[in-house]
Amino acid sequence: MKSGNSSRGAVHVPEAGGAEAQLAEQQERARQKDPQLLKDLLEKMLLVRRFEEKCAEMYTLGKIGGFCHLYIGQEAVAVGAITALEPQDAVLCSYREHGHALARSMDPGPVMAELFGKSTGCSKGKGGSMHIFDQSLGFLGGHGIVGGQIPLAAGVAFAAKYLNQPRVTLCFFGEAAVNIGSFHESLNLAQLWKLPVIFIIENNEFGMGTPILKTSSIRNLSEKAGSYEMARAVVDGMDVLSVYDGLSEAVERARKENLPTLIEARTYRFMGHSMSDPAHGTYRTKEELAEHRQRDPIKRYTSTLESLGIINQEYIDDLDSKIREVVGQAVTFADESPDPTAEDLTTNVYLP
Amino acid sequence: MPQLTYLEAIRQGLWEEMERDPSVFLLGEDIGPYGGAFKVTEGMQKKFGEDRVIDTPISESAIVGAAIGAALMGMRPVAEMQFMDFISCGFDQIVNMAAKIHYRWGAPVPIVIRGPSGAGVHGGPYHSQSNEMWFVHTPGLKVVAPATAYDAKGLIKSSIRDNNPVIFYEHKYLYRRIRDEVPAEDYVVPLGKAAVRREGTDIAVITYGAMVWTALEAADLLAQKGISLEIVDLRTLLPYDEQCVLSSVRKCSKVILLHEDTRVGGMAGELAAVIAEKAFEDLDGPIVRVTAPDTPVPFSPPLEEYFLPNVQKLTDAARQLAAY
Ligand SMILES: Cc1ncc(C[n+]2csc(CCOP(=O)(O)OP(=O)(O)O)c2C)c(N)n1
Repeated sequence: MKSGNSSRGAVHVPEAGGAEAQLAEQQERARQKDPQLLKDLLEKMLLVRRFEEKCAEMYTLGKIGGFCHLYIGQEAVAVGAITALEPQDAVLCSYREHGHALARSMDPGPVMAELFGKSTGCSKGKGGSMHIFDQSLGFLGGHGIVGGQIPLAAGVAFAAKYLNQPRVTLCFFGEAAVNIGSFHESLNLAQLWKLPVIFIIENNEFGMGTPILKTSSIRNLSEKAGSYEMARAVVDGMDVLSVYDGLSEAVERARKENLPTLIEARTYRFMGHSMSDPAHGTYRTKEELAEHRQRDPIKRYTSTLESLGIINQEYIDDLDSKIREVVGQAVTFADESPDPTAEDLTTNVYLP
Repeated sequence: MPQLTYLEAIRQGLWEEMERDPSVFLLGEDIGPYGGAFKVTEGMQKKFGEDRVIDTPISESAIVGAAIGAALMGMRPVAEMQFMDFISCGFDQIVNMAAKIHYRWGAPVPIVIRGPSGAGVHGGPYHSQSNEMWFVHTPGLKVVAPATAYDAKGLIKSSIRDNNPVIFYEHKYLYRRIRDEVPAEDYVVPLGKAAVRREGTDIAVITYGAMVWTALEAADLLAQKGISLEIVDLRTLLPYDEQCVLSSVRKCSKVILLHEDTRVGGMAGELAAVIAEKAFEDLDGPIVRVTAPDTPVPFSPPLEEYFLPNVQKLTDAARQLAAY
């Protein structure tokens, strides 16, 4: 597969190809990269996976309540995209954002504590799973209203341009969010005002229990950029390097030319929409899910790195136990943290 | 008589109206094969087909607006908001279009916008709000909030048959937690009429939605202490049943206004005003409000507990008022 998805309007669509072709493409991309970067990407993806698995476990134990949307299956998107950023850049997400927070190097402890509703959570327990923030890392949430973060991203990018700050803004949302008005209003603004912002559609095929084909009049979602004469790209959301490369081009466009890009990352969610939704049954079959699980982004990436001799089984085992320990510590931190008190109820509503 | 949950009662009401009147149809997100986030419309697409139970994109403004347009052509759309919190994305169509069309040119807008509201399930700031007052402050709309399964069915049917836009607040905490006797046949509960849920003599508690159950529980406890509460369930918030409110206030001479919504600008403020205007002479004590504080709804389970009015907070307030 060739790259070259940068020219405005022209787009490189990852071919369906077999597993072998996909592996070959990933190997090709990997050969051109620094081994340390390659290892970092794996570590981040594995951290997200283990963190999310732990969330599912804690939810089942009743330690986490409310609504909890897991990111398992989609790790390559957040990790590949966010790794292409610089520390001064900004990231905004939907409610399926634990993975993005970790990819942005948030400390897993306060994230887990937020899910537990503890006072040491990043939002002091007031938000929960859908409201993860860390402004010091430019991580501007965690938003539970579908499409709600998209206009904010335009504003964050506007401020960068206005204040002459070298900040690129990256805004994630699901494919079902392209149908809400705020998406269209924001894309128009971004192109009209020439803003350094990247909109990334994480197309995991389902908006809750409804396939995208039933709710969007067009199939190739990045084509929506055409309505605004915006640059667009499609990346393989199961290939962390495809995401990284696609984002790198868009980041450069934003940084050097103050121009937005709309990117579609084709991915798949392995879990139910939220913890209260079974992984299969009403809107997809067990077989369909099993087939997509074959495309597991971490498995594919591990094979690639192994095949190139960058890592071996021992490395993987060590990394995994290290990560499990980090996640375990996050749980301990959350578990041992105090609950918010009655006095905390009325704080944070207004600034003093 | 069959026992149905609050949720099943709503489904039965929708079902019967769909069977009765071909101009009724449902639209909303994931309401088809998925049956809705809470499964209120489960099985309905199978029964009535994709033409009448329509899965929409996530486009609240277009959902509401298209419902209004169809209603202008004689249809009776019932639009689901997956959570009432997201009704904000359809706000303009509701308050500027639906609410004012009849006033502007006389056309009826028989739409119903229904969905789950309220806290108690650790939904956090975006999945727990009681935002009914956004619409109670909009003339031209009707706002309904059932507390029992019987009323849920009777009120959804009345709402569908009403010629005005109705915003129908289901309380998600009640969906599967309460169950009562619901006739399998056609009946309606009229809009604009409150119900006295429990007769009493000392303090009138005026409330609605899930708080009706809190009030009933408190009334049982207080009865043992010799304090008799009368519980009024408003059922419809706009237009509300002023006569029923005033007559309970006159009977008891003391009143507590109870709601899960936050305090400033809540329904209690409006009721306090009308009681002060029209029943001032009948009062033997201050008008008391028991409401949530003026904050967003917190996620953390202990914080949510502090946030919500409950039996303890109500009985404390009632004891104090009784002693006044
Ligand atoms: C405005 C609004 N409408 C509806 C919802 C309810 N809702 C939450 S997630 C969701 C599906 C979104 O799917 P998508 O955007 O594809 O993201 P994914 O969940 O797949 O990550 C819906 C309908 C909401 N949160 N906000």
